[in-house]
Amino acid sequence: MASENLRVDNQETIEALTREAEALKKKLEEEKAKLNDVDMCVATRPIEGLTQFNIKQRKVLKGHHGKVLCMNWSTDKRHIVSSSQEHAVTMPTTWVMACSYGPTGDVVACGGLDNKCTIYPLTFEEDPASKKKAVATHTSYLSCCTFTSSDKQILTGSGDSTCALWDVESGQLIQSFHGHAGDVMSIDLSPSETGNLFVSGGCDKVAMVWDMRTGECVQVFEGHESDINSVRFYPSGDAFATGSDDATCRLFDLRADREVNCYKKESIIFGCNSVDFSISDCITLYFLTGRLLFGGYNDYTVNIWDVLKGNRVTILYAHDNRVSCLGVSPDGTALCTGSWDNTLKIWA
Amino acid sequence: MYTTCTDSSGKNILVILSGCICSCKKYITMESIVDRMQDEYTGVPVRTVKSFMSKVPSVFTVEALHLAHLMASHGYFFPIDDHMLTVKNDNTYYRFQTPCFWPSRCGEPENTDYAVYLCKRTMQNKQRLELADYEAENLARLQKMFSRKWEFIFMQAEAQAKVDKKRDKLERKVLDSQERAFWDVHRPMPGCVNTTEVDIKKACRMNRHSKMTRINVLKKKLEKRRVKISKVTESYVAYYEQYAEYDAIISVPDPSNPWISDCIDFWEQEKTLNPRDIPQRRVKRWAFCIEELLRDPAGKEQFSKFLDKEFSGENLKFWLACKELKGLQLKEVHCKFLAPGAHNPVNVDSRITELVRSRMEKNPNRYLFDEAQSDSYSRYLRSDMYKEFLSGTRKKVRLLPAIAIFVYILNEFFFIRILSRFIFKNKSDTYIKMFLILSFFYGLLYFYLQDKNCNF
Repeated sequence: MASENLRVDNQETIEALTREAEALKKKLEEEKAKLNDVDMCVATRPIEGLTQFNIKQRKVLKGHHGKVLCMNWSTDKRHIVSSSQEHAVTMPTTWVMACSYGPTGDVVACGGLDNKCTIYPLTFEEDPASKKKAVATHTSYLSCCTFTSSDKQILTGSGDSTCALWDVESGQLIQSFHGHAGDVMSIDLSPSETGNLFVSGGCDKVAMVWDMRTGECVQVFEGHESDINSVRFYPSGDAFATGSDDATCRLFDLRADREVNCYKKESIIFGCNSVDFSISDCITLYFLTGRLLFGGYNDYTVNIWDVLKGNRVTILYAHDNRVSCLGVSPDGTALCTGSWDNTLKIWA
Repeated sequence: MYTTCTDSSGKNILVILSGCICSCKKYITMESIVDRMQDEYTGVPVRTVKSFMSKVPSVFTVEALHLAHLMASHGYFFPIDDHMLTVKNDNTYYRFQTPCFWPSRCGEPENTDYAVYLCKRTMQNKQRLELADYEAENLARLQKMFSRKWEFIFMQAEAQAKVDKKRDKLERKVLDSQERAFWDVHRPMPGCVNTTEVDIKKACRMNRHSKMTRINVLKKKLEKRRVKISKVTESYVAYYEQYAEYDAIISVPDPSNPWISDCIDFWEQEKTLNPRDIPQRRVKRWAFCIEELLRDPAGKEQFSKFLDKEFSGENLKFWLACKELKGLQLKEVHCKFLAPGAHNPVNVDSRITELVRSRMEKNPNRYLFDEAQSDSYSRYLRSDMYKEFLSGTRKKVRLLPAIAIFVYILNEFFFIRILSRFIFKNKSDTYIKMFLILSFFYGLLYFYLQDKNCNF
């Protein structure tokens, strides 16, 4: 009998709480609507449009025998680390899905279906495999990893729907970030050094902004209709862009706490795998205007968007298979794309 | 493809449609396009490309052709007699795929189905059904793989071939080609892209998590201050205008982009530490924010020189130590810079020192020094040193070092004279006076020039 009462009570509280949550959500929407005073595309109309510019393929990097899944620029602006499906001698797993260059350029980190993040020092004298070191361990595949401002810490995202910050030296977990309701696909660190923020996007269609110090989720951004495959901070650190399977890229602003622009076109029907601004992807280096947004799509193309005006500037018929990753070099002089057709290409 | 998995209680079995979910949207869009194309009234009239081009010349833009190629490679329409699923801008004939063979409807087929299909083709003695080389190889491989149940496969193929024979001739022809196109999608010819392949990340995803709404989180969100879109837009525009000249893709850099010209002057200029070679655009950027200044090694060097002159070099060291600090040598940093009687005390006000100290005792974490990172940067930007560096007007002070050196030599001269007097025990007050005056003069000049950042 008592338990019966308890259950009824519980049901009532649950209902009351749901109602309260709904009311709060509604209020939140109203608050946001009040501040949505003008459309970004309208507000930027007076600005001069970008003239057609000439981006061409400059280099083709061959060497992989499998799909290229991930790439990252070194801070020296000339070296690239890329990972692939193939089974390389040094790699512990067949599928290396994430890789990242350390800020000093001396180490690379990578991981994949082995659920681990392994760090390799870059030396030419001996076999790098002998010096490898497993740092992070997740309960599902490693989808992304990035060094923080030094070589000492690494941030990882995983299919177990968490992100985690690890100490490279000891391999200890410093902070873990719970909150996503689906696999984490991509993470990016805020370029402003005081921010201590990073953003993550995942299969639950939301992007979350986290405080690295407390492990708390600071902001949640919804709007995408399908998995978010890629997130990238705007160079000023006030906003970030996402690329999704719903064939759109979106710009979310932290200050406005909402989506401020959506980049889509009727003729683009395939998902976007990777986004980057006309900037660096490495926080310790130069970043540039953020006027252009590059998106690598499943339809083998790269679409280049005008961030402010929201229109497409140009399209690159880049590869013969899906574009899986792309990155702008740290000094903004070139764009590198990696694809399932086993090649990487440099565009400038 | 279906995957089953059990949740923690072990009772509820969840069935997950893997692989198909993530691509849903693209299939829906493509299918709606095909539907529109096949509409009886508004759809695409069936005719040759040539007449099509003359009527609607803008149809085959590059993008349209690319899109058509993609839809073909997913098997929504296909060239009538070619294994290569693509759309070309020529007089090739194409046929629409029947909806029951669309990739969204049938999922990933089994190898046994493929074996049955290939086996069936060998039974029908028709030229158009002859196996291509790669198909024959596939058949041989499958036969080896399924050697034990090949009999069943053969029987199934026979039965299917019998059903096919009963069909009307034209219908059979169409169906044959559609079936072939279906297998061209799922088992593509070597060199063609397999479009049904699922991204490995998506294939092993697990949708077992549930979403929760927390009321306190919502309340907190409601309290958050937000900025209007118009304001946000303004800031983007301002940011763009500030950095436009540095974007190598938007504005042409000088010297030229190394990827285009194969000449690495640009990188050399960005890297150089020699003050005379640093381009002005680089110095200008130091004023944007402190990160910009410290990111540039030359900027860091200049800044630390400035601080040394201000007798606050420890500020930068502290700042850098804070950046490096990752929960490791907390105590060390505190002792070195902030604790009373520290080796290199940072000049922050007492309030902050107190704050850091109390936090240090209560709850030391990596971020407790955030407040203590100080304001030398704004002082640097206002300083003559930076301004000079920016304008490159370093000639003004060239004369002063010359005078200083002259005074110095003169000074030395008198010093030697004094020494010699001492040696010869012949005292002279005038020499000593001259020496003292010159020393004073020299000292003044020395400090002035140090302040102007001029090493001599």
